[in-house]
Amino acid sequence: MFCQECGKRPATLHFTKIVNGDKTEFHICESCAREKGEGIPGTPNSFSIHSLLSGLLDFNSPGGAAHTHASPQPVRCEECGLTYSQFSKIGRFGCSSCYTAFADRLDPLLKRVHSSTSHSGKIPKRSGSEIQCKREIEQLRRDMQTYIEKEEFENAAKLRDRIRELERKLSAL
Amino acid sequence: MTKHRFSQDALSDWMRGTGPDSDVVISSRVRVARNLRHQPFPMLATSQQAEAVLNRLTEVSRSGNLDAYGPFDTILLSELSELDKRVLVEKHLISPNLANESRAGAVVLSDNEAVSIMINEEDHLRIQCLYPGFQIGEAWALASGIDDIYEEAADYAFDEKRGYLTTCPTNVGTGIRASVMMHLPALVLTQQINRILSAVTQVGLAVRGLYGEGSEALGNLFQISNQVTLGQSEDEIIENLHGVARQIIEHERAARKRLLEESRIRIVDRVRRSYGILSHAAIMDSKEAAQRLSDIRLGADLGLLEGITPQVLNELLVMTQPGFLQQTFNEKMSPEQRDFRRAELIRNRLSGKNDHGGVEQ
Repeated sequence: MFCQECGKRPATLHFTKIVNGDKTEFHICESCAREKGEGIPGTPNSFSIHSLLSGLLDFNSPGGAAHTHASPQPVRCEECGLTYSQFSKIGRFGCSSCYTAFADRLDPLLKRVHSSTSHSGKIPKRSGSEIQCKREIEQLRRDMQTYIEKEEFENAAKLRDRIRELERKLSAL
Repeated sequence: MTKHRFSQDALSDWMRGTGPDSDVVISSRVRVARNLRHQPFPMLATSQQAEAVLNRLTEVSRSGNLDAYGPFDTILLSELSELDKRVLVEKHLISPNLANESRAGAVVLSDNEAVSIMINEEDHLRIQCLYPGFQIGEAWALASGIDDIYEEAADYAFDEKRGYLTTCPTNVGTGIRASVMMHLPALVLTQQINRILSAVTQVGLAVRGLYGEGSEALGNLFQISNQVTLGQSEDEIIENLHGVARQIIEHERAARKRLLEESRIRIVDRVRRSYGILSHAAIMDSKEAAQRLSDIRLGADLGLLEGITPQVLNELLVMTQPGFLQQTFNEKMSPEQRDFRRAELIRNRLSGKNDHGGVEQ
């Protein structure tokens, strides 16, 4: 079979493109594939998951209002410098802090992709103990507050010491 | 250097064809994505930062902490030729992304090629475990064990709410992608495949063809994987995939049985034709090779062809890819030359393992 583009070289790339249910078959040679570029699996410009994602991210702002008025200060990740609009174009985060920087806007995206917004799987042992430690501190603070309200200052002081101890442990982790 | 063995020898453990349910499931794979805290993800890392991550993570494999899981080799991508990289991609040991786009990339390979750990791919660390046959739970257990070893040495980017943080929001949470590679010729022949695959996509799983992102599966090989990584635990993800794959295996087997009962002579004819063509053709393009190899795999699984082992078929699957052909014949080839060499390689491989012609009634 010859390439359907140039008709000169033999077709070596065979693929089927389905857009909204319309099926198109392509049989082309490698050099025409390189020229065409777009939409061909395995070529650098191929339509990727990331471009799909950016579609979801656009959807993110109701009525597209946020796109027409560019806010004076774009949402930016302090650590790596990636802005939210860059993220929504490339569909990829620049560093782990981006998750915190863009936290307000991530829920709709994550819901769309995973139907969920929070993790319920494996926890690394190291941060596992950190998370437990933080949770214990929060609980102790609440208990301490209760003692203070009841004017049981001796008990409150015990908890304060325990909280300090845990905070030291946390900073050493 | 040992790296030559990985790129010259076609046989990885997953190709032995010995795993459970290997009449339908060719391989089971689990990939886990992890990143280091306080380091930009590979996409935004400077060369220096990428080098730092590389050093930090290769320390783990070089320190011998992974030895419980067998001997490992650490291979820097910069040490590999373009052809070596292509061959490793064709063997599924590295991703096209690591081969083509990584900076300071490396792969840590276990001796039997069941484990490949990619460094500075889309994420800092990607642990991949590949087992023959239907062993998805086993693959996860292995990946999780190796993950624990890396976690001891590296401070992972982990968030209490979002889980393991990844470059792409489609991987965040568990960071796990589990997949099974299935050969489903009878479901394709009986035209049930589209119905089944669309059902699969409705339960949070994705389907794609082998070797590439195209929607058309070459050689009736389908890869089924989880799409959701957040909100479900790893065990739930694995169980979900396991349950669905189990159903598909049963459907495929039932369809094969019915084909044999209702149109045995047609199947025998199809298998023999493909066997005849593969044994004698002088020119074989990759599309035809994939289809005909699928036919004789079906023939072998149904007991219609003797002397063809799953191992030979799995090896041919890899060896007939463009990169591997060029490696085998040690020359650069035009597509026409590849088709010629592909036909030669298949002829030799089939006759070498099957001297008696091997088609029984």
